[in-house]
Amino acid sequence: MYAQMVKTGVDHIQSKEEMSPEERAFQERVDADIKIEPKEWMPEAYRKTLIRQISQHAHSEIIGMQPEGNWITRAPTLERKAILLAKVQDEAGHGLYLYCAAETLGVSRDELLEQLNNGKAKYSSIFNYPTLTWADIGAIGWLVDGAAIMNQVPLQRCSYGPYSRAMIRICKEESFHQRQGYDALTKLAQGTPEQKQMAQDALNRWWWPSLMMFGPSDAESVHSAQSMRWKIKINSNDELRQKFVDQTVPQAEYLGLTVPDPDLKWNAERGHYDFGEINWDEFYQVIAGNGPCNRQRLRTRVKAYEEGQWVRDAADAYAAKKAARAKAKAA
Amino acid sequence: MTDKKEWPLWEVFIRSQHGLSHRHVGSLHAPDAEMAIMNARDVYTRRNEGVSIWVVRASDISASSPSEKGPLFDPANSKVYRHPTFYDIPEELGHM
Repeated sequence: MYAQMVKTGVDHIQSKEEMSPEERAFQERVDADIKIEPKEWMPEAYRKTLIRQISQHAHSEIIGMQPEGNWITRAPTLERKAILLAKVQDEAGHGLYLYCAAETLGVSRDELLEQLNNGKAKYSSIFNYPTLTWADIGAIGWLVDGAAIMNQVPLQRCSYGPYSRAMIRICKEESFHQRQGYDALTKLAQGTPEQKQMAQDALNRWWWPSLMMFGPSDAESVHSAQSMRWKIKINSNDELRQKFVDQTVPQAEYLGLTVPDPDLKWNAERGHYDFGEINWDEFYQVIAGNGPCNRQRLRTRVKAYEEGQWVRDAADAYAAKKAARAKAKAA
Repeated sequence: MTDKKEWPLWEVFIRSQHGLSHRHVGSLHAPDAEMAIMNARDVYTRRNEGVSIWVVRASDISASSPSEKGPLFDPANSKVYRHPTFYDIPEELGHM
């Protein structure tokens, strides 16, 4: 759910009889858990949906550097600063793995970056919220990366080879992200009353947006059904959200913090926590570009791209000069 | 964005510790081989994953085509005698 509400372009799920022989052979391979590789035949809708999903995921990693980058120069200790730097660098790496995976589907890197920079492409709603205090950095690692892991672990088994391999690399690194966040928050929760209050305040602000990361219920969605059939989506949004809540509540309790949901309570019959209604109006507002930081995130992204132009130009010029010299020497 | 041509794509191969072969780990864009190696270090070896990096321009790689998978690989299917398990060795001989 770094990719949210990915459209598939289909209006109903095809039966085996409706499929062309190629489509049927493709679906049978997916059903048999055989990975689909870049040059193999695939339905056009599968290819397009994957490009949308993987690029949205990649953009989220790239934009996701901003809320955390905000605290690199103000981290409370040198060690925390080094950790945060390493984490933000990982996010850049994750973006790059994913762009590479998307490119194997026939879209160019420049096209993908252009779509991000001109605001056409979406990224996860969560990165449009501000990081107001140091505790937010802990909360992001614990909650946001925790929610991301919920989704990414099953995606390691997805049907598209390059995406699956990118996910395996990402998941290996993601666990550090969540642990360092929980560790930072533990320090605050066990600190002075003011520090504990800071941790509580961060939980209050990040809890609901984290639950929104999984996207609205997709029990009825034809797109989700199609994506699950193609095995590029493994679990439903509600399923993953429930799993996240069940896992996270005891972790909050351990910290002595209160989850900001009066309706939250253990349901022994279901074996799960019940939780309150999510404010989906807020979610749709953020998705539509009206979250607290949407405009700032895009502005910063475009500025970074434009200010890096001379570096790219210099690298180009150097490569051209070296190639020309090598050619002259060979002649 | 720019009217510049996109940087070429490089496939990255890393040799991990313990003397194993270089293994494909992913790809990246860079203007030349030197930058490709430097970028590969940052993208693919942030946690001591390797002791050596190869980069190859993706356009220089020739690959077998998925549609030829049958003719290429099927012939090996029937040659079970190439595997040691094909042969029964008397148990009393012990390990062979």
